Amino acid sequence: MTYATEPHVSPTATAAPTDGHVLVEVDHLTVTFGRQMVLRDISVQIRRGETVAILGESGCGKTVFLKTLVALQRPTRGRVLFDGQDLFRLSAAELARERTRMGFVFQNAALFDSMTIGENIAFPLRQHRQLSEDEIQAIVRARVAEVGLPLSVLRKKPGEISGGMRKRVGLARALALEPELMLYDEPTTGLDPIMSDVINELILRTRRQHPVTSIIVTHDMRTATKVCERIVMLYPLARLKPGESQILYDGPAAEIEKASDRRVIQFVRGEAGERLMEMAREENNHAQSAEESVHG
Amino acid sequence: MVLAVQSYAQFKMLNLETRLGAVINMSLVRELGPVLAATMLAGRVGSAMAAELGTMRVTEQIDALAVMGADPIHYLVVPRFLACLVLIPALTLVADFMGVVGGYYYSVYLLHIDAYYYLQNSANYVGWFDLFSGTAKTLFFGGAIAVIGCHHGFHCDPGAEGVGRAATYAFVHSFVTILLLDLLLGIGFDALYNVLFPQGPRLI
Repeated sequence: MTYATEPHVSPTATAAPTDGHVLVEVDHLTVTFGRQMVLRDISVQIRRGETVAILGESGCGKTVFLKTLVALQRPTRGRVLFDGQDLFRLSAAELARERTRMGFVFQNAALFDSMTIGENIAFPLRQHRQLSEDEIQAIVRARVAEVGLPLSVLRKKPGEISGGMRKRVGLARALALEPELMLYDEPTTGLDPIMSDVINELILRTRRQHPVTSIIVTHDMRTATKVCERIVMLYPLARLKPGESQILYDGPAAEIEKASDRRVIQFVRGEAGERLMEMAREENNHAQSAEESVHG
Repeated sequence: MVLAVQSYAQFKMLNLETRLGAVINMSLVRELGPVLAATMLAGRVGSAMAAELGTMRVTEQIDALAVMGADPIHYLVVPRFLACLVLIPALTLVADFMGVVGGYYYSVYLLHIDAYYYLQNSANYVGWFDLFSGTAKTLFFGGAIAVIGCHHGFHCDPGAEGVGRAATYAFVHSFVTILLLDLLLGIGFDALYNVLFPQGPRLI
């Protein structure tokens, strides 16, 4: 089994050249589930060739944000434009066509249990390309080799391989149609430090070998600073002051440690700080409210 | 066989035991075969569909299908719906056949009812319309099982508990729907019979 062996190079040096064209535009995006607002008035532009990390604490709405970018989650207000097109105004056929220009790597890979690894990677090719079986198998073998897996894995089922291997298969499947936009949902969560770095290196290698724009949702600072040249940091709405923007930081990854907002620095350094006291206060408030509602 | 066990004593008192064939086979092809076969399949197939699709939902496989440009309804639901439409009627015919054979065996060989009159009465009373109406009902039962099972799978709550609940609800709701459809379709097919054969006996 081979792994990526190229030495680490800084993300800005290997970033795909961006022509300035805005590939993804999020315009005043708001997402509410019932009475709970998760995202409020988010506006972001991502240019072709950029690699952007969407950082934030658990529960700040990172995954919900990512899913709106592929129209898996409908916003309550606002628009998501992909290459100038509002995804939520497209017909089902048009949306399916636009989605072939995107590759999505799910947090747990989301491989189809009933298919072998080879069939999983071949699935988008069979859905959207008129290729012979030999051509499909050649592409599948190439993708598997790109992610550093042996060909013997093709005959196995997802349940028979490790979590790290499943993530790499998920990456191979997402790359099958040579997408323009790659989206990663917490690609290193649940992996050991070495496998996490393998995934980081694979993301870097993908960027070198394919002209992609990448959006990576993560709470792993190492992934964000190693792989990305720009970071957008979200904050949980429940802890924001009224009228305050949910985006605490939107700028170069190399300069995040110089951010003026102490909450950004607290996250970057992984410091609990006042967070423990805040959590204790929240718990007391919840307990008090529950008691008041019981006793009237 | 159970019908034969339960009904024989009463029919024997009236010296009508040879009519048992008509009662058993009429009940079988019109009601017992379709409803019991559909109920069994609601438990076996409906729950399995809900559990499988529910697991796909909680592991984001359905989202993965959508993101890869495949329509999850077309890819996951349509084959299951068509399979239920085609195979549940076929399975009902098998269930009817087994019921007829079992009823004949028990009545003739264990209850010693005259075989000739048992079969003659069956043939006199059980017509092609009874078989048609019983089998046609299962098209609706099969469609309901597929739609309800897939619906609960697609709208499954997160976690193992959600998947388990989806499988349970798929069976319970399918079962209730089968009984309701059976009532409505029974009335409907009787009305159709009266239109086609006005000289026949009326339900109301």
